[in-house]
Amino acid sequence: MRAVSRLPRWAEFGLLPLVNLCAALVISGAVIRLVGESPWAAFKLMAAGAFGSQDSVGYTLFYATDFVFTGLAVSVAYHAGLFNIGGEGQAYIGGLGVGLVGLAFGSGSPWVVVPLGIAAGCAFGAAWAFVPAWLQARRGSHIVITTIMANFIASALMTYLLVNVLIKPGQQSPETREFGPGAAMPAVHQVLARLGIKFAASPFNLASLLALVACLLVWVFLWRTRWGYALRVVGQNPRAAVYAGISPERTILVAMILSGGLAGCLGVNELMGSEHRILLDFPGGAGFVGIAVALMGRNHPVGILAASLLFGALYQGGSQLSFDMPHVNRDMVILIQGLVILFCGALENVFRAPLAALLAAAKGRSRA
Amino acid sequence: MDAYREIILLLAATIRVAVPLVLASLAGLFSERSGVIDLGLEGKMLAAAFASAAVSATTGSAWLGLGAGIGAATLLALIIAFACLTQRGNQVVAAMAVNIMVAGLAPALALAWFEQGGQTPQLDGPGQRFLGLAWPWSQVARRHPVPGLAYAELLSGHNIIVYFAALLVPASAWVLYRTRFGLRLRAVGENPLAVDTAGISVNALRYQATLISGVLCGVAGTYISTAASAGFVRDMTAGKGYLALAALIFGKWRPYPTLAACLLFAFADAGAARLQGVVLPGIGIVPVQFIIALPYILTVLLLAGFVGVSVAPKAIGVPYSKEKA
Repeated sequence: MRAVSRLPRWAEFGLLPLVNLCAALVISGAVIRLVGESPWAAFKLMAAGAFGSQDSVGYTLFYATDFVFTGLAVSVAYHAGLFNIGGEGQAYIGGLGVGLVGLAFGSGSPWVVVPLGIAAGCAFGAAWAFVPAWLQARRGSHIVITTIMANFIASALMTYLLVNVLIKPGQQSPETREFGPGAAMPAVHQVLARLGIKFAASPFNLASLLALVACLLVWVFLWRTRWGYALRVVGQNPRAAVYAGISPERTILVAMILSGGLAGCLGVNELMGSEHRILLDFPGGAGFVGIAVALMGRNHPVGILAASLLFGALYQGGSQLSFDMPHVNRDMVILIQGLVILFCGALENVFRAPLAALLAAAKGRSRA
Repeated sequence: MDAYREIILLLAATIRVAVPLVLASLAGLFSERSGVIDLGLEGKMLAAAFASAAVSATTGSAWLGLGAGIGAATLLALIIAFACLTQRGNQVVAAMAVNIMVAGLAPALALAWFEQGGQTPQLDGPGQRFLGLAWPWSQVARRHPVPGLAYAELLSGHNIIVYFAALLVPASAWVLYRTRFGLRLRAVGENPLAVDTAGISVNALRYQATLISGVLCGVAGTYISTAASAGFVRDMTAGKGYLALAALIFGKWRPYPTLAACLLFAFADAGAARLQGVVLPGIGIVPVQFIIALPYILTVLLLAGFVGVSVAPKAIGVPYSKEKA
């Protein structure tokens, strides 16, 4: 094996992801140039679209909240050596749980209904992840394939439920009726208004606090508990784990249940926080953004927070782009997302080795 | 007579749906038998669908479109091969990256170049599409439905890519099991060390396999946009790449069983459209979504060992390095 170059911590977690991001932006900039627009102007427009006003900041943070959940979901599984591509389906089914609570108990008190919705989202998402996890642990089925298949099965199931069962009677589009007021996650601008602070209206809601708490809990779990330690050992070396008396099977189940539960929280932000009903394909690819976020954030909650903010800004800025540049729209952001996955994931050694050599040379010179 | 007619038309639809699945799963077959996971089928096909439709729309030639489709898919295959083989990156990550990149890039370029909201223009000019080739006497044969209709609908009337796909299955089986290249390819997917010890380059073989996969995905994508439909629309592969992968697993990584799986999945798909709202005796109405999900459910059950066993090539997904082996 070619020696994998070691980088100091700050370079590993800060510099390398930035270099990878720059590579992705340079290539997407070249594509923007190719279609006849100025990349510099496009990125400036995106930044303005993401942070230029109070409501755009709100939208940026709203999207970022989605990506924190799905990014954490990918990374918890990743630490156990599992690649969970099923975040999209787990979020979709988790949203079913959130939505059922919203539909059934919408008239109750938010103090009861919202926590119940969170619990249901986690439980449904975890249950959907449990199936591929169990199949991997007990039957050796490749979890990448089974989670992909589970995405399609989830999509078919939800289409069936929304078209035939949960649809609001007398309506064409496959959506449920609105949840009652008790199932609404308070929006941040409403909370601030009560405190006497004016903030523009946006779907940015208190599920973001839940996302922050989730980051903290994931960090505590992974690096401060026995179970988290066991999970990371299984991820690094399953054989060593067995010698240490850790059961890889049970660890796989734990990791995927947590992963699915985290993905399931997406519904809390999207449905209880913004849409107030279940609609077709509401995750809208956020499960896949989670892969980019986890890879770029180096599977650490702090990195995931930063990467989620970046992608939240890209999604919000990208949706504003087409107003000023008719030839460029949010599809460009999906390209950037793919490029980030490529550079941070599959091609991470391209920049690592030169970077390590560069840093070593700089160190040598400062000593001399 | 009506039932006979229905069955023939259903089978004809099955063939049309199966073609991109067959091409893509054979693409995956070469790549995966050499030890490289081919999750990128979806992205490579989508890129080819866009490139072929775009070139055919601007030049007016479906054949130039086919060339562009193959070129685009092969370029992506090269990116994946560079990341997975030269850089020894994670194969799943590289493939997902390509799938997502294409999902954004194709409609972005379509929007900028054709200004039709992320599609290419309708391909309705002469020579812009691969159209059905009527075999001799197929019109006459229709007058005598048994067996004339079967001849007219099942054998005759398809476009050239359909016949190419049909020939490709025995050709792939021959290459894989009857040639030196095929033997080495299968060996490198099972035990790369042995191949290396015999003085054959592991990565060169795997590069060749991924390039074959790129070419075949290019044909599959071209079929989707310039033969099965008239132009590119956003996300038009709609998961067919993953379905082809499921068929490959279902066919236990062998050419003929994979063909059978493709036909089965295509039959389910073609049947789903016809079964909408039909009451089956003893079962009642079967939800269309259930039939759509059936191939995925079956594949999961198969992978779990509940319906037969499907064993992947042993070295799949593992980058090869001389020093570590």
